[in-house]
Amino acid sequence: MSSRPELQAPPEIFYDDVEAHKYTSSSRIIEIQAKISERALELLNLPNDGVPRLLLDIGCGSGLSGETLSENGHQWIGLDISQSMLNVALEREVEGDLLLGDMGQGLGLRPGVIDGAISISAVQWLCNADKSSHEPRLRLKAFFGSLYKCLSRGARAVLQVYPENLAQRELILGTAMRAGFAGGVVVDYPHSTKNRKEYLVLTCGPSSLSTSVPIGKGEDGESYSDDDSSGDDEEDQTVSISDRHRPRKKQKTKKGKGRAWLLKKKEQMRRKGNVVPPDTKYTGRKRKARF
Amino acid sequence: MRLLTHNMQACNIKGVTNGFPFRVEAEEVMEKQVDFNADFLRNLFPKIEWKALVEASRAMGYHELPDEADSSLLDSDDFLQKFHRALPQLHLEEGAFVCPETGRKFPTALIKCI
Ligand SMILES: C[S@@+](CC[C@H](N)C(=O)[O-])C[C@H]1O[C@@H](n2cnc3c(N)ncnc32)[C@H](O)[C@@H]1O
Repeated sequence: MSSRPELQAPPEIFYDDVEAHKYTSSSRIIEIQAKISERALELLNLPNDGVPRLLLDIGCGSGLSGETLSENGHQWIGLDISQSMLNVALEREVEGDLLLGDMGQGLGLRPGVIDGAISISAVQWLCNADKSSHEPRLRLKAFFGSLYKCLSRGARAVLQVYPENLAQRELILGTAMRAGFAGGVVVDYPHSTKNRKEYLVLTCGPSSLSTSVPIGKGEDGESYSDDDSSGDDEEDQTVSISDRHRPRKKQKTKKGKGRAWLLKKKEQMRRKGNVVPPDTKYTGRKRKARF
Repeated sequence: MRLLTHNMQACNIKGVTNGFPFRVEAEEVMEKQVDFNADFLRNLFPKIEWKALVEASRAMGYHELPDEADSSLLDSDDFLQKFHRALPQLHLEEGAFVCPETGRKFPTALIKCI
């Protein structure tokens, strides 16, 4: 594994024809996508009445995740930014309707019409500024705001994400909460580097019993624990994962508002009573698109 | 692209305030078999903008839907069958959605919304 795809190129460039075809020709990828999608659907906690629902698959790509939704009898609409990935989905004649679009610009759906949303390994892409006009914070806000609006009250969104670090996780979760969602993160197999998966389980509307966050699988660390990690606590685990994959490259500071400005702004927001991620060494850091 | 999706979509371009519903320009329409499920249709009905559905279905050459509909019709099997054909079964294979405000065209089968 070289580095995070998110650091290599913007998604519509990274997921080109070659990468898109990898998706449906690798049995390993197919299996992983199917497994995560099954789990996401389970966490959606739809009423167990056999009635098909209208679901959304955000970053639907080649439609592997959507297929899981179809197999479970649901109707779905998929959104993706990569034409190549969607072409594969079209070739495979998936049952959902496909929309070519950027979730960072909002979802373009009418209010309250969607019964549930899943997203597999896509939302962390919003944390990168791939163009000079991109402001991750604003793009996440546009995304979660529009997601909240299009879901019916009480509906859930389950987003499986690969945040690069603690700051990204908090940025994503914090933005979701400010959009009005209740919920939190479910971590499956937290003690396994290979199988660890995290899901944002978000409920639309005021919090109630149904918004309490379910427990992750293998949290006791028994079933899937990797040999070398038993002594680590969860935080160490996270750090070591991102360290392993993050290329050590120099950070170019971009002109702009800068860290000091950001820290001040965050302090102001905190005083207003907003939920603001803690300041870390990553605060105000800019990454550049590498191409 | 199904009318199901058409009915949920509003034009998302910056500055557009009234992007619903897309006008449908149909070139090729197909009907695909989908399992009939009355409960699915009953759940969906309150979320549907009926007028938009009727207009879009007529633009696609399907004239079976009544001008107006309320939930009392959901007990009628005849109505549910027609609703079913229009919603998940009717597909716009070739054609375009047109933004009602800007006139911008979005070609199907992939609806581009950026
Ligand atoms: C790991 S893949 C998921 C593939 C998909 N679940 C499947 O079954 O093929 C992540 C997907 O997220 C999409 N993506 C990334 N950023 C996006 C954005 N801003 N808007 C929409 N889709 C995006 C990518 O194009 C890619 O297809």
